[in-house]
Amino acid sequence: MPEATNERVYGPQYKLIGKNYVTTDLLAKVTGRSKYAEDFRAEGMLFCKLLLSPLPHARVRHIDAREALAMPGVKAILTADDLPAPADTLTDNGTVIKASKWGERGLTIEPVYQGEPILAVAAVDELTAAEAIERIQIDFEPLPFVVDPLDTLRPGGPNPRTDGNIWTTPPGATGPAVKELKWTEADFAETKSGRLPMGKTPDEWSYGDLDAGFKSAALVLDETFVTPDVSHQTLETRSAMAYWQNGKVYIHSGTQSTAQTRPAIARWLNMDAEKVVFISEYTGGGFGSKITGGVTMIIPALLSKKANAPVMMRISREEETFIGRARPGFQGRMKVGFSKEGRILALDMFVISDNGPYDAQGDSPTSGRMVSLLYQPQAMRWRGVTVLTNTPPRSAQSSPGGLQGISIIEPIIAKAARKLGLDQVAIRYINCPEGKAQYGPLVQGQMQHATSAFLKDALQRGAERFNWQGRAARSPKRIGSKVRGVGVALSCYVGGTVGFDGLLVITPEGRVRFQSGIGNLGTESVIDVHRAAAEVLGVAWEKCDVVWGDTSKHLPFTCVSGGSQTTHAMTRAAHAVAMDARQKLQEIAAKGLGGAPEDYTVANERVFRKGSAGMTLAQAARRAIELGGKYDGHEAPADVNKVTKASIASLAGQGLVAAAKDNYPRDGMTHSYVASFAEIEVDVETGKYYVVDFLAYADVGTVIHPRALGGQVLGRSILGIGHAIGQKWVFDPHYGVMVAKRFHHNKPPTILDVPVNMQWEALDTPDPETPVGARGIGEPPVGGGCASILNALSDALGDEIFRRAPVNADTILTSLEAGRPVQHPLMAHI
Amino acid sequence: MSSKKDSELPVPPKSGFSRRGFIRGVGIGSGALGTGLLETEAAAAAPATLGPGPVPITLNINGKPVNLTVEPSVTLIDAMRNYLDLTGAKRVCDRATCGACTVIMAGKTVYACTVLAIDAQGKNIETIEGLATGSALHPVSKAFYDNDAQQCGYCTPGFVMACKGFIDEHPSPTEEDVKHGLGGNLCRCGTYMGIRKAVLQAAKEMKGAVKNG
Ligand code: FES
Ligand code: FES
Repeated sequence: MPEATNERVYGPQYKLIGKNYVTTDLLAKVTGRSKYAEDFRAEGMLFCKLLLSPLPHARVRHIDAREALAMPGVKAILTADDLPAPADTLTDNGTVIKASKWGERGLTIEPVYQGEPILAVAAVDELTAAEAIERIQIDFEPLPFVVDPLDTLRPGGPNPRTDGNIWTTPPGATGPAVKELKWTEADFAETKSGRLPMGKTPDEWSYGDLDAGFKSAALVLDETFVTPDVSHQTLETRSAMAYWQNGKVYIHSGTQSTAQTRPAIARWLNMDAEKVVFISEYTGGGFGSKITGGVTMIIPALLSKKANAPVMMRISREEETFIGRARPGFQGRMKVGFSKEGRILALDMFVISDNGPYDAQGDSPTSGRMVSLLYQPQAMRWRGVTVLTNTPPRSAQSSPGGLQGISIIEPIIAKAARKLGLDQVAIRYINCPEGKAQYGPLVQGQMQHATSAFLKDALQRGAERFNWQGRAARSPKRIGSKVRGVGVALSCYVGGTVGFDGLLVITPEGRVRFQSGIGNLGTESVIDVHRAAAEVLGVAWEKCDVVWGDTSKHLPFTCVSGGSQTTHAMTRAAHAVAMDARQKLQEIAAKGLGGAPEDYTVANERVFRKGSAGMTLAQAARRAIELGGKYDGHEAPADVNKVTKASIASLAGQGLVAAAKDNYPRDGMTHSYVASFAEIEVDVETGKYYVVDFLAYADVGTVIHPRALGGQVLGRSILGIGHAIGQKWVFDPHYGVMVAKRFHHNKPPTILDVPVNMQWEALDTPDPETPVGARGIGEPPVGGGCASILNALSDALGDEIFRRAPVNADTILTSLEAGRPVQHPLMAHI
Repeated sequence: MSSKKDSELPVPPKSGFSRRGFIRGVGIGSGALGTGLLETEAAAAAPATLGPGPVPITLNINGKPVNLTVEPSVTLIDAMRNYLDLTGAKRVCDRATCGACTVIMAGKTVYACTVLAIDAQGKNIETIEGLATGSALHPVSKAFYDNDAQQCGYCTPGFVMACKGFIDEHPSPTEEDVKHGLGGNLCRCGTYMGIRKAVLQAAKEMKGAVKNG
């Protein structure tokens, strides 16, 4: 492939949108001066250590900490008894959501996975704290446990929690509940043939005539596939430092949303959000594991209160492996009927999602929606069950449910194309979503639809750029022991939400200051989205400042940076607040200089009428302060969130204060898309393989910041590739403990695992349902990264190699020798 | 606390293993390597016993001697981060897997999580904090900056130091060299394309700087 060039100009009509620039936080990052939670030191700071459960499920009968507490330097101990009862949630529309009795609280007397924190000790230094932990005696009563979802679904199988083994939302309930589900021996008869048993599921939907579709199909494939549980492995663990001052708690930790972590902490600590200050200028990666930080951050906060000193909790890599979250693995089965042209006539999807022991994850239902949108089956049924196990807690991970669904269907499409004699790009093209593409499930009897989809363009242009035709024509190619194969995969995910607030101040110095509640986890959106507002206002970027990373700095109501929401949601909010600022500038100018507001133009850092100099932004800001009221923040718009209102009140009088809620209409649900292409080379004598070339072609609407976009496309592709080439969990089913728990057992891809010349490109076609046209990108590349590698492998080696991911060298060697997949077809965590 | 002279300090074995050489060796045959190390150690002068309590040590960091008192079991990364407030290098795996703790010691890149602070005495230690001279960015930091070679930035200080160490040893690297030279560092955000470009840019610039005197 030709080396990527940076010549392409995105958004030629814009000055800032689509242009590269350097974010203000970058200098600190490249010089080591950026401070993450663990880098803070405070006068008299104590360190705390956790005592983790050695058992996968147990009850703590008795804790004897006398010896530990008598040690010099030990200051305090915290157990589950010291935790405040979690508060109920009051939503913005006044609904009370009761705190779940099954929720995770940070410490426990009934550990439900190996590694769950039971207590914490604070001491003058870490060594003393660690030694104190060693001297604590705990009497455990072991309880039944389960690490494989299928084992708990068996008749008479153990339950992971005392009340049951699955999450389900009973009709009329406000939230999911733990219930018991057992399948029959007859259901399990399927396992003898290596196929996934399909017993009763609590959730199911369908549309179209499935039976008719299968009947008229030229080819029907029915495949079982297992996807891996992969830890998030953010390089920064969920360390946290906390202290109290004048009745307020100050917490430093990583997060994917500065603004929304404060209410989460308030809920966990059952205290007023006004009394919580959360500081997170830099976060060392999230990928879904730190949506609102981690509940464990309340441990140093409560210890700090007890010991009356700042407390640092450094989470080690090993601790992070247990408490740091992971993607739910799926045991899935899919029956797909194709016409002879390759069109999907019927698709029957069945998934079991391994949820771990805590909060219900949405991966299983999401996987059905993504498959429905991405391949547009004419008839489809989805059935799913979210099963609890005594394995570490899961959370959303980049493309939650999307990666799993795509990894299950893509190898089936690849196989179908081979069986039907169709080109791999062609079979995807005819099933590809387009425009306001519809998808299931039905909501009030109606199919849902996307805001837009230009994936066909991305697939076509990507195929050209990758020279798909040329590569496919000579593939699979064998030279000596080396075989090359090529793979293509489609991918999509939700690409944005709506309804958040923008907030900015035009200062009397003539600068524009954006208040950013977005987490700084490395996506650059914390800064990027505000360029959309600067563009509308016609202000040079050098005149703009961004305030972020500290809830005491008056931040607006902001989406969490999860599920690729931010670029879409917050460019909308940025656009809305820029329009509000423009309106206020026009009104101020008209009041001072005569005429009507609409006679005035805002550009070049001035507000002016034709033929007059008008006012500078600095002058207008001073005028706003004189006018007061809505102009300088003494009055807030009625429709913004209460968090934003409080921030507006605090900023009042600082200049022209603009604030607005994103009320723009939207027809459809926003999604982003990627077409991914990979070429691999396998050594059939060693089973080792390399990714030789890779291209991801994205349909993400308007490009806001090309460099950051490219970073996301390639970075999240690599995260997905990790799922194909080697990352997984391994458990000892007998003791319920993790086997491959060291970082080197389960390393994310390194520079050695990725092609030298990995490439990306984006269409830059605006989404018609959002004012800036931009959609999010974090999730979609992940499924494409994983599935394109899987498809390249089966292109090189045939369909009888793997029925699960990842595909390791030993998978390849043993399958090649046996002439069929040898790995266990169903068992989790092997 | 007075700083000891070199000769009074425990002499670390001269194993001749670089960090990456060591890791590679373990991968190939840890049995043989283990024996080799033991022999080398046995051949060295019997070291003075330190500890178990805290001992005063002197580290030469970024050209300045610093005195501190640490338990002999304290690693260089913990000494830097907990005793000296040098928090640029990160402790991520603490087990020689990720390179986030990389510093340059006696001209070699090392994992600071895998070096004892007491063994780091008498050697020149370069950290990210000492890289810039005045307000000018070091060419490697500059290249990371220019090529957006980071996302969350948590691996960046380690990567910057690893790149500097690598370019010092390989002033004209090929793309393949870069791959292998940086295989000991890990970026979860997957910024490898930016890093690769950054290394090539920095190598060019640093060569230019040497040439120009
Ligand atoms: S922290 Fe030292 S190599 Fe990972
Ligand atoms: S930039 Fe996040 S780990 Fe490298």
